[in-house]
Amino acid sequence: MATKEQTKISKEVLFDLHRRMVRIRLLEEAAGRLASEARIPGFIHLYVGEEAVAAGGCVALKPEDQITSTHRGHGHLVAKGGQFKPMMAEFMGKATGYCKGKGGSMHISDLDLGMLGANGIVGGGVPHAVGAAFANKYKNNGLITMAFFGDGSTNIGAFHEAANMACALHLPVVFMCENNEYAEYTARDRVMAITDVADRAVAYGMPGVIVDGMDVVAVYEAARVAVERARNGEGPSMIECKTYRFYNHAGVDAFGTPYRSDEEVREWMERDPIKLFEAQLAKAKVLSEEQAKEIHAEIQAEVDEAIEFAEASPMPDPSSDMLTDVYTEVS
Amino acid sequence: MTVAETEERIIRYNNAFTETLAELLREDPDVFIAGEDVGRYGGVFQSFAGLNAEFGDERVVDTPIAEQAIIGLGIGAAAMGLRPIVDLMFMDFVMVAMDQIANQAAKMKYMYGGKAKLPLTITTTAGAGLGAAAQHSQSLEAWLIHVPGLKVVYPSNPYDVKGLLVSCVRDDNPTIFTLHKKMLGSKGHVPEGLYEIPLGEANVVREGTDATVIAIGMMVGEAEKAAEMLAEEGINIEIIDPRTLLPFDIDTVVQSAKKTNRIVIVHEAVRNGGIGAEIAAQIQEEAFDYLDAPIARVAAPFSPVPFSPALENAYVPNAERIAEGVRGVLHRSS
Repeated sequence: MATKEQTKISKEVLFDLHRRMVRIRLLEEAAGRLASEARIPGFIHLYVGEEAVAAGGCVALKPEDQITSTHRGHGHLVAKGGQFKPMMAEFMGKATGYCKGKGGSMHISDLDLGMLGANGIVGGGVPHAVGAAFANKYKNNGLITMAFFGDGSTNIGAFHEAANMACALHLPVVFMCENNEYAEYTARDRVMAITDVADRAVAYGMPGVIVDGMDVVAVYEAARVAVERARNGEGPSMIECKTYRFYNHAGVDAFGTPYRSDEEVREWMERDPIKLFEAQLAKAKVLSEEQAKEIHAEIQAEVDEAIEFAEASPMPDPSSDMLTDVYTEVS
Repeated sequence: MTVAETEERIIRYNNAFTETLAELLREDPDVFIAGEDVGRYGGVFQSFAGLNAEFGDERVVDTPIAEQAIIGLGIGAAAMGLRPIVDLMFMDFVMVAMDQIANQAAKMKYMYGGKAKLPLTITTTAGAGLGAAAQHSQSLEAWLIHVPGLKVVYPSNPYDVKGLLVSCVRDDNPTIFTLHKKMLGSKGHVPEGLYEIPLGEANVVREGTDATVIAIGMMVGEAEKAAEMLAEEGINIEIIDPRTLLPFDIDTVVQSAKKTNRIVIVHEAVRNGGIGAEIAAQIQEEAFDYLDAPIARVAAPFSPVPFSPALENAYVPNAERIAEGVRGVLHRSS
């Protein structure tokens, strides 16, 4: 299916999609390993399995466009250009982290990259996308905002308020739903009476499309349409990406959980977005298996270097760092 | 009126607010206003009257009734460098938007490593006395001063409305600017043009020697009336209006406590867990040895704000109850 589309998409973009997915995957696998060894403190919510959504969405954006994120935000930051060293340092609570060790995994962000922050409150970041998009329209700067959120967050009031407001004010927003079928540890069909989140879009007055969230090209193609619409002043759109997280809501267990069957997890793992894409690229003779391996090795080396950097980095100092950045000082 | 008073520019508390907004909108193209009914209608209390006509739908924006998204709109726009003024029609609606205020706006700078600058002003109206009952009358400053990252102001007169609002909008942090809805028609001197009253500086409204009354919002005026009543009894009170509740100017208060040795704290919210508890705790930490009586609190009883005028009149502290509070701290040590 992707071969037809690949003829329309430049090799540069295909490589970019691939690289961003692999970057997410290898960082996440390392983060999961470190968390299970207690070398990363706190909660960790891994993006493994959903890489096509962040990569497909962010490749469709300009670097200056903004995104908002979720508690599962590592993938969004990597896809938006986040660097491994300050990410890994942040996971470990180090002073050299993106958030100086004050945010951790759940609040990973780099506002300079237009990544307006991972967010510990489900649905909490979606209204910020409306505000950023308002600013874009206000400044007439030609930029747009993409809000990433899960199926679960479409059940919370903040999401509804934000979607309605974005449509009412006709703002340049793309609502990018990662429907991974589970709101934390509860199956979608136990908490929603509809199957497709995209059905909700029409109620707000915006188009809603469904794409295979394991197919990065499909995600990218849908994102490109929605991004163009937003940039042309035609208002918000919603894209529902049917995807799956390979690990538990938090932590690194994939199997043996009471809320989803191992069989189901294995079926989705068969549709690993990176493996699927690499097979397509090999078939289309865009990227050979060998070349893909080289890319993995190169990125893995960067991950390893980031771990070394993070582990060698100092912790923040309670005596001097606790109270900084609570307020912006009056100049 | 004396000649000096007629030379002053006397306008209403509410008009001071509107005029300041217009002046800020003219001064800075990054300033915009968004909220429920603030555009075409000019706000439920006409606090935004005429602004939409002058500045257009782009800068004075009618929003859905959606308090979370209203604050979120302000957060996202502020993070992108604008200076949003977003309105929560009634302070009671703070609770509807509390996640966006306390979990998002207040924490964003800290949890994102200092990169977020959020010049966001949230305007709202507090206070009882208009028969607005339990969900449109509350003063919820205590909920907000508990949150690191916020600044909270509560002007007690038209002059302070302008000076504090200018400071809030020019501040690079999320601020909550609280009007008292029963004071909207009250009058006072307000100069033309913009001026700032620094956030975190209390105002010694009246100097005195026998006791210090710390009063906020509409209670400042009631304290002034109490001062006149007490003066007839030979009691000379000092009145401090903190103006900014977070950050709180504890230095001015402690200085006064060391002088008068007796403290009465007055606020309109319920006493339990009110801002008076925090102020009292800070005073005893700094000036315990100077106190000649336990710190007294005059505040609302522990019930929702009632509707019936008979109940509401008895609910909101007034000059008489403040005077009683002062007599109480004086008699203890005499």
